[in-house]
Amino acid sequence: MSAAHPQPGTGREVLTGDDISRALRRIAHEILEGNKGPDGLVLLGIPTRGAPLARRLARTLHEVEGVDVPVGSLDVTMYRDDLRTQPTRAVEPTLIPAPGIDDRVVVLVDDVLYSGRTVRSALDALADLGRPRAVRLAVLVDRGHRELPIRADYVGKNLPTSHSERVMVQLGESDGGAEGVRIAGPAPEEGR
Amino acid sequence: MKHLLSIADLSAQEITSILDTAVSMHEVQDRDVKKLPTLRGRTIINFFFEDSTRTRSSFEIAGKWMSADTINLTGKGTSVSKGESLRDTVLTIAAMGVDMMIVRHPASGAPQQIAQWVDCSIVNAGDGTHEHPSQALLDAYSLRRALGELTDRHVAIVGDLTHSRVLRSNLLCLRKLGAAVTVVAPPTLMPSGIASWAAADGFAVSYDLDAVLPTVDAVMMLRVQRERMSGGYFPTAKEYAVTYGLTSGRLARLPAHAVIAHPGPMNRGLEISADAADAARSLVLDQVSAGVAVRMSILYHLLAGEGNAQ
Repeated sequence: MSAAHPQPGTGREVLTGDDISRALRRIAHEILEGNKGPDGLVLLGIPTRGAPLARRLARTLHEVEGVDVPVGSLDVTMYRDDLRTQPTRAVEPTLIPAPGIDDRVVVLVDDVLYSGRTVRSALDALADLGRPRAVRLAVLVDRGHRELPIRADYVGKNLPTSHSERVMVQLGESDGGAEGVRIAGPAPEEGR
Repeated sequence: MKHLLSIADLSAQEITSILDTAVSMHEVQDRDVKKLPTLRGRTIINFFFEDSTRTRSSFEIAGKWMSADTINLTGKGTSVSKGESLRDTVLTIAAMGVDMMIVRHPASGAPQQIAQWVDCSIVNAGDGTHEHPSQALLDAYSLRRALGELTDRHVAIVGDLTHSRVLRSNLLCLRKLGAAVTVVAPPTLMPSGIASWAAADGFAVSYDLDAVLPTVDAVMMLRVQRERMSGGYFPTAKEYAVTYGLTSGRLARLPAHAVIAHPGPMNRGLEISADAADAARSLVLDQVSAGVAVRMSILYHLLAGEGNAQ
């Protein structure tokens, strides 16, 4: 999902920039362990913030294993089930790396896992692009409140929240400023 | 955004948003499965009272690739040919529960009038000599792909300006995106009142193509619309081609980076030579390809968001 746009200084900080780096390093190692190495992996970040997270994971995998894991982005806007109930969203590019996704292990990367509807959209989008051997899900934050039978394989931080709270992820690539994850609320109703 | 009737109704930000979305839509054309579920359950009528190849087929493909149900109607095949009024015809179609009508009509202002009669979204796919907004958007998209951002880029629009709805939409679109525009035509094909129009909208007017060409980043050749001409606008086709056509000689004198656009269909040998039409720097086929992507983006912006459901 797309996390709420962060407002620096608002809410309670639950992850610092260093915490995010450590969580991504751990996730990278867990991906390698689960896949028994980097062979066949493709990382696809879900814009906006999933894309830079995927690129960071790819860099970490390169540092650890010395191989370049293909990395791209997968925009799911056109596959969302709430298009008629939300304002028109900006569509980000979908960039599938050269090897494609057929018979590969695709790791979807997003910043916050909430209702699971974004991931459901991503699975539909993947089905139109090819047939992966397996699909895994890596998220920086799992805030709960699932509405679909979807779970993450790799989680940076499990963060219990209420529906009325907002989880705000701030990354240098997409937001600038100090990195971190903050939680604030209550908030106006937003797309999930 | 409910309708697309005129580029004048769009802000620069809305135009940019449509073009940015089209970039993502263009990627769908390279997929094995050219299908998005975005407009599933929506019904779009292509209502064309004039002949069309590119516009009608690209709107139909755009709708189909986005999973909308698209239906083609022509004036000849409807009860209009039996004497039914345009108003009764569109009210009849609207009563069937369609979400969008894409209208091409020989009468300027017809789509605007239809938008007042019915509740569904209306897209102007070309009305008389008034406007052709989706063509201007795809032209801007193609130019932006070739040249980068259009701010301060110089575009010459050349040819039969009097009869051109593409001119009017392109002028509005390019000016909103910050491009400098010069229109070039023989006096007989220059719209009346061009001087005051140019002063109001901030574009230049020239009757000398050879003087303008060395300064352009893009030259857009417009079709000589003989079917709309009732009199003699120029002595002979050969004289027009020599004076205002993009000949092989003029192609050689274009700046090295400059690109050639033409909304089609082309009169080869009249407003554009075969050498220019087929040159590596010609965007003619890119424009056709972009037409589908840009129209997918238009459908998305008009039909997908909150409040756009019927």
